[in-house]
Amino acid sequence: MSKRRRPEPMQVVKQRRDAALNALVHGVPYIKFLGIEFDRRGDELTAVLPFQDKLIGNPMLPALHGGVTAAFLEVTAIIGLSWAYLWDDIESGKLDAEQLVAGALPRLPKTIDFTVDYLRSGLPRDAYARAQINRSGRRYASVHVEAWQDNRHRNYAQATGHFLMPPTDG
Amino acid sequence: MAPNKDVIAQQFIEAIPHAKEMGMSFVSIDRGRVEMRMPYDERFVGDPKTGVIHGGAVSTLLDTTCGAAVMSHPKAPGGTATIDLRIDYMRAATPGQAIRTRAHCYRITKSVAFVRAEALDDDEDLPVATASGAFTVEGGFK
Repeated sequence: MSKRRRPEPMQVVKQRRDAALNALVHGVPYIKFLGIEFDRRGDELTAVLPFQDKLIGNPMLPALHGGVTAAFLEVTAIIGLSWAYLWDDIESGKLDAEQLVAGALPRLPKTIDFTVDYLRSGLPRDAYARAQINRSGRRYASVHVEAWQDNRHRNYAQATGHFLMPPTDG
Repeated sequence: MAPNKDVIAQQFIEAIPHAKEMGMSFVSIDRGRVEMRMPYDERFVGDPKTGVIHGGAVSTLLDTTCGAAVMSHPKAPGGTATIDLRIDYMRAATPGQAIRTRAHCYRITKSVAFVRAEALDDDEDLPVATASGAFTVEGGFK
């Protein structure tokens, strides 16, 4: 029987995961433009959209722009899908976080279609979202996303999208 | 004479902070048919390797154009909000080119407006994306 390998120190594991996530998120200009950040607990991601005046779509209410909400949900779906798809390579060290930081971003899934349900108007405050991958095949994936503001059980929007997965090499 | 819906809709949309931030402008607006434009901007890039605009930025322009189409419809009493919007992405927008969107509010009832739209770049024969959505019909402006 082979001896079980000693687990890596927690800080090393965390640093590698966070570096990979940061590279994935901060490498995309549009994510930076909207100000979206991702909060990570193990492999679970929560997208955070901090409120800014420039995100307003109806100044009379005021409310978040419906397009911003759609974009926030789509970004959450794409990053969630990429994260799940890259997780094993990040864990094994096959995907080098240093290279990611240097701009060697992996190819991302492409949106085929995206349907957004607006359940409530987006209030002028922070929003959160999580993606759930309902099906992920070699070529296609189906992802559901929910977004909320003050109360986790009162979604203000939800969406379902289909994505074309990047070709795997080898 | 009743105020012109086209003028009201255009003024309302042009006052939207996020639409201003993204540099959106009207090409034309005519009773439920609207064409808008958004210049290429590096801040909207979704894939830094290719410089292709993020789908979310195209969605935002489509959503805005659809809203303008509803508000400019002669039967629309006032504002609107998106109930649902489906977007199909046919291809990546060509980097460096402006995105133009055309929306048509083809049916409006007392409470719901139905809209179809498409997003184009310089190659008009191959749309970048198409959209269809349902919008609320809200009360008149004070």
